[in-house]
Amino acid sequence: MKDNILLQINNISVVYSDVIQVLKGVSLAVSEGRIISLLGSNGAGKTTTLKAVSGLLKPENGEVTDGNIEFDGKPIQNSSPETITRMGIIQVLEGRQPFKYLTIEENLRVGTATRWGKPYKRDMEMIYEYFPVLAKRKKTMAGYCSGGELQMLVMGRALMAHPRLLLLDEPSLGLAPLVVREIFQIIRRINTEQHTTIVLVEQNANMALQIAHYGYVMENGKIVMEGEADDLKENPDVKEFYLGLAASGDQKSFKNVKSYKRRKRWL
Amino acid sequence: MDFFLQLLINGISLGFLYGLAAMGFVMIFKSSRVLNFAHGEILALGAYLFLTLVTWAQLPVIVAFLLSLTGSFIMGFVIERLFLRPLIGEPLIFVIMLTVGLAAMFKGLILLLWGGNLYVYPDFLPGWLSLTLGPVTVPPVYVAAIVIGFVFLGIFGLFFKFSSQGIYMRSVADNQQAAMSLGVHVRRVFALSWAIAALVAGMSGIILGIISGINVHDLSAVGLKVFPVVILGGLDSIGGAIIGALIIGLLETFTGGYISPALRDVVPYICLIFILLVKPYGLFGLVEIERV
Amino acid sequence: MKGPASLKFRLCGNFFERYEQELSIFETDFGRLCLVLGLTVLFGIVPFVTEAYFLYILVIIAITSIAALGLNILVGFTGQLSLGHGAFFGVGAYTAAVLSTELQCPFIIALPAAGLVTALVGIGFGLPSGRLKGLYLTIATLAGQFIIEYVLVSWESVTKGTRGIVLPFPEIFGISLDGDRAYFYVSYISLVVMTYIAVNIMRTRYGRAFVAIRDNDRAAEGMGIPIFGYKLLSFAVSSFYAGFAGALWAYYMVSITTEPFTLMLSVEYLAMIIIGGLGSIPGAIFGATFITMLNEILRIVTQMLMNTGFLEGVELTMAPLREFAFGLTIVLFIIFEPRGLAELWRILKSNVRLWPFSY
Repeated sequence: MKDNILLQINNISVVYSDVIQVLKGVSLAVSEGRIISLLGSNGAGKTTTLKAVSGLLKPENGEVTDGNIEFDGKPIQNSSPETITRMGIIQVLEGRQPFKYLTIEENLRVGTATRWGKPYKRDMEMIYEYFPVLAKRKKTMAGYCSGGELQMLVMGRALMAHPRLLLLDEPSLGLAPLVVREIFQIIRRINTEQHTTIVLVEQNANMALQIAHYGYVMENGKIVMEGEADDLKENPDVKEFYLGLAASGDQKSFKNVKSYKRRKRWL
Repeated sequence: MDFFLQLLINGISLGFLYGLAAMGFVMIFKSSRVLNFAHGEILALGAYLFLTLVTWAQLPVIVAFLLSLTGSFIMGFVIERLFLRPLIGEPLIFVIMLTVGLAAMFKGLILLLWGGNLYVYPDFLPGWLSLTLGPVTVPPVYVAAIVIGFVFLGIFGLFFKFSSQGIYMRSVADNQQAAMSLGVHVRRVFALSWAIAALVAGMSGIILGIISGINVHDLSAVGLKVFPVVILGGLDSIGGAIIGALIIGLLETFTGGYISPALRDVVPYICLIFILLVKPYGLFGLVEIERV
Repeated sequence: MKGPASLKFRLCGNFFERYEQELSIFETDFGRLCLVLGLTVLFGIVPFVTEAYFLYILVIIAITSIAALGLNILVGFTGQLSLGHGAFFGVGAYTAAVLSTELQCPFIIALPAAGLVTALVGIGFGLPSGRLKGLYLTIATLAGQFIIEYVLVSWESVTKGTRGIVLPFPEIFGISLDGDRAYFYVSYISLVVMTYIAVNIMRTRYGRAFVAIRDNDRAAEGMGIPIFGYKLLSFAVSSFYAGFAGALWAYYMVSITTEPFTLMLSVEYLAMIIIGGLGSIPGAIFGATFITMLNEILRIVTQMLMNTGFLEGVELTMAPLREFAFGLTIVLFIIFEPRGLAELWRILKSNVRLWPFSY
């Protein structure tokens, strides 16, 4: 399937505080209208990759030192977040960062920052349609909402900006399995109904591969594997290390845990 | 009885003046969590600017007034650009200390440029503005102070509650990184809040100058009076700031009138300590939501 | 390389083999040598070769250093930003003055007594810290500053109001401490002792509790540190230092009024520890030295400007220029080296040690 490539990352390396190299040559491509999933263990560099795209590295003293990032054919590496967000890339941060002292409605209105002054009432209706829970709590201060509500809030907030590319960082973090399922269904709906391209960073590989079209696996600041989501699901290594299934497809038993050492070798 | 009424009216107008001064202060705090110790000096700079334009340049009052407000606005912008921009991301104590340094700098600058003498503006407020309430008359300045206080309170209240720019400002104060991720122009928000704050400060400086004359020591002391005012009201509430200001204004005038003029300047602080012991976030401040 | 059984561990880093090693302040002989040499020069040579004017400045530096040390314990180590240190300094000065004039209390007792009284006052104004955090507490200490100022001026029966008090000349065991050289010894011995105490407080459980409260008060509370008690203790220690320094200052100045103990003084102390380096004991001394010198230099420069007639006809008084330059220095320091002189000193030391290589 060859279609229009929206985001192209070419061999980037990211360095924090001039000393810590986190990404060591990451390349990936995101085609328009698809859901791309980025998997990997903690510290693999998934979040850093997202931040490199959205321009949020700078406040953390990080920098793209090599390679380039192209969005819609235009280079965007090391641009300010203001410019990048206005081009249509919105990142939903890890760990739900609501504006605690603003009400739900005001939180959503902050999402209009990239197109300040344009009408937003219709979008608000749309968000409440996607997330009916939010409509009920419009006037509540976000600091008093539950984790699931907050996750919906921050996703809705990002949607208010009419993103062309939505970067979701661990939307399932710390949520109950049912809520996770609901959120993933909504992600898929957003993708099909709004034609928003989505990059999804996840620990919950099972869920992520169910809705994603294509996937990348990262480890130690490098991409070690990529492929169509269905193929990835069938890959024995992915099965073993991310889906918790032994290569044969049975539930993994801890008796065989020693095999971990044997197999964990990509390429 | 007349004395009481007179004190009451003085107290309320003084309260509104403090409220005006406090509003600019709360602006800065709301958007960037910075306690601005240079507020009194910025206020004084506005007053001196107006003085220069009216007496030295002989401009018509209304032109001078608008020009000095514009001047204050630009000054706020420049201060943010030159001194506060480099400190974005540093711990707050450094930023606060920086405003302390700025306060000393501006005070020295004003003294160098204009000296420490007491100046007065030419009388220009029309007489019809004065108000007669029973046995006491309210001088025009006080009426102007109250009216302007109300107008600005309304404008800011609506601005922060309903306008998009106001909500962006509050979002930056709340969570800078999240605001940035949604495309809020954080640096512009900081610059804007300093500029607006300086504008309001300049305005209150001019009104204070009309009432009690222009002297850098008195004017910059108002900048410190702002602290009990905003703490009483809760640091981030503009409506609270006005109510805190009224309380402080009345307390001051009544203590000055009935007890002793010397105690007048200390009473706000004594009252402050007691209120803080009972309500640690002030009367109307946001209770910090701490989730671990 | 064989299997894991034959792995050899090589020790690297600083390891202590005896308790005494861990307890020592200077870890190397070179450090101890420097200390001994420094103290010898300070007490054996300096007072005999310097002029009276410089001795005066040195004494002032020692006294301010003691007060700045105290403030650094509160602000730099415990993280409670205080704007009332100048007033506490004043409380110490007045306690010493009242003790020595009304009660004929000897110098050697008046000094620590002044410290203790100030510590009590400090605990009083530290009480709001039980409920207040961060900026709200800062403003509460600002209120403390104004209240103390007011009390000093208007409690006439004790403080003589604006007329001030004249203190007797200090004596220790019948030896008169009249004159700069004698007072130099008094103030520097105090400084050395107080620094020693401060360094050691920070190495005890109290010091560690302070730092824990600064870094994360809720976590500290969770670890079983009674934060309210330790905050009060920090206020007490800090104001003890301020009061002690204030008493030294009062005896040195002979006559005191309420004038110097304003908010400006509190701000100067804060400036000292920020310029010197927050949370650093040598930093407090560097900062005190720097600000005292700055004040003196600015005074001399403005006087020279006025004497040369360079600005004749312009109504130029000394105070505004000094204030301007003072403010500018703070601003520049914070923008360019927020970690202060202590950090510069560290960089300088390592440059000298590693010369001619950069690292």
